[in-house]
Amino acid sequence: MILQYLDFEKPIIDLENRLEQLRRVDDGTDKNLREEIVKLDKKIGKIRKEIFSNLTRWQITQLARHPNRPYMLDYINHCFKNFLEIHGDRAFRDDPPVVCGFAELEGEKVLVIGQQKGRNTTEKIRRNFGMANPEGYRKALRVMKLAEKFRLPVITFIDTPGAFPGIGAEERGQSEAIARNLLEMARLETPILVVVIGEGGSGGALALGVGDEILMMEYAIYSVISPEGCASILWRDTARAETAAEMMKVTAADLKKFSVVDRIIPEPLGGAHRDHKAAADAVRVAMAESVAGLRSLSVRQLLDRRYAKFRDIGVIRRKTGSNG
Amino acid sequence: MPIRLFRRKEEGEKKIKIPEGMWIKCDACLEIIYKPEVERNLNVCPKCNYHFRIPAMERIRAVTDEGTFREFGEELESVDMLSFTDTKKYTDRLKEAKKKTGRKEAVITGTAKINGMDVVLAVLDFEFLGGSMGCVVGEKVTAAAEAAKELSRPFLIYSASGGARMQEGVLSLMQMAKTSAALARLADARLPFISVLTDPTTGGVAASFAMLGDIIVSEPGALIGFAGPRVIEQTIKQKLPEGFQRAEFLLEHGMIDIIVERTRLKPTLTQLLRFMTASSGK
Repeated sequence: MILQYLDFEKPIIDLENRLEQLRRVDDGTDKNLREEIVKLDKKIGKIRKEIFSNLTRWQITQLARHPNRPYMLDYINHCFKNFLEIHGDRAFRDDPPVVCGFAELEGEKVLVIGQQKGRNTTEKIRRNFGMANPEGYRKALRVMKLAEKFRLPVITFIDTPGAFPGIGAEERGQSEAIARNLLEMARLETPILVVVIGEGGSGGALALGVGDEILMMEYAIYSVISPEGCASILWRDTARAETAAEMMKVTAADLKKFSVVDRIIPEPLGGAHRDHKAAADAVRVAMAESVAGLRSLSVRQLLDRRYAKFRDIGVIRRKTGSNG
Repeated sequence: MPIRLFRRKEEGEKKIKIPEGMWIKCDACLEIIYKPEVERNLNVCPKCNYHFRIPAMERIRAVTDEGTFREFGEELESVDMLSFTDTKKYTDRLKEAKKKTGRKEAVITGTAKINGMDVVLAVLDFEFLGGSMGCVVGEKVTAAAEAAKELSRPFLIYSASGGARMQEGVLSLMQMAKTSAALARLADARLPFISVLTDPTTGGVAASFAMLGDIIVSEPGALIGFAGPRVIEQTIKQKLPEGFQRAEFLLEHGMIDIIVERTRLKPTLTQLLRFMTASSGK
């Protein structure tokens, strides 16, 4: 996989290339060369830290969509054991953008459901760029019911630009499929843990996003509509996506402030794509802690907490005073 | 002379005003139709049966027993928590919508009777920012569903909405989950929920409460779907088939129960409510 750089990483690219060159000629004999390598390495670290401590919401959006970013199946490989994929909605067809299966998380048996984007062109097309059809959401619901039956915790991974807007998707009830999941997840009698790993694109993301705890990667985004979609409707100009991302406040830090997200999972310096294993380790530890916490609650407690969690989301004003 | 001039002008204005007020052009068949006749017909074109978009209060008047509607939740108002500005400030958009509709938000909630049967109602208003669902709409629909459960009454929602309100960001998205969760509790209490779809019902409203009715009723010709037609055309780069995403298309594809004309809505809802509340074998 060739590492791709984003615009704002430009100050680092040349320095990293130079470091690479120096490392290649370094045979351990030249002390000066050694010193230079150490110095350059430090310098790159400093610049990167500076860049990454002042990211704009649009830059974070670019990181969330980075072509090298770990996808759902990367986390499956790194975080879980004995993954066994299961397929199909038992009604129409298997929808590859949604992946479901049994897995073990640090000894705990769970059912994993998530959205998968493709890495290369063939895979991208097969996975429909991570955009699910109604049958994908219905497969997810079938597997959730299975989890409920056997009291297995559900872990969902969110990474989609949105639900697929196509003729067939509309014919087969895209809106009904999403709505049904929202209703059923609200009352599913088993723990649900949601992890937003990349793009949380509107209703297509939320259809796997109702849970007891919502974790979000540091450089993931989650929004009511894609910045491009918002820009095209409100400004009639997709080029205003950057402004739309700023306006809608789409980052993990924003969502934590609005109590939509419970916990932010820090990413390795430079973003999850620079170190898949380190990113996955952080996700694994956070997931294991959450699942253990949720396991200790009774079904009644779980459902009451889950209802209250979503019931309380929102900012409103009553005539008599402010805030609600 | 000045007085005569003034008078003449007034007369001239009147001459233009009377025909404009009495005769309107149908949006669908483009026929010139007599306004009082259209109004008597609940704003349905007598020539082509086109159902005009109407304000929420008119819908409530058309379907509830006279004098039985009691509004609740009218004290709730939206907050510009993101300091959102696109081509206009969100606060200005809200002000304009309030002025235009005389309402504070895009949904009216309350209790009423339909042919003597007690119900809880939530009626969305497309005139108020396209019926979009922000935190207040989400809160009011949720509170109405909870009230229906508390009072053990059937719940009806009339939808007319472009979807979630972008100016409230992810908080508006979360209202989809919030309202659906309240409907799950209503369903667990075995109380009926009838969803009435009107033109248009799309986006986050279609993908939450609107498509969750025990029975889903639609007015003829209503646009209903998740993605808007323009977005779909841009994505798949194809022309959309005739009648795509209209109520008749959804009926054919098994997504809604009945298409009912506006003038037949009250008797149909009455019949449905009787069937679903008759033997409360709880």
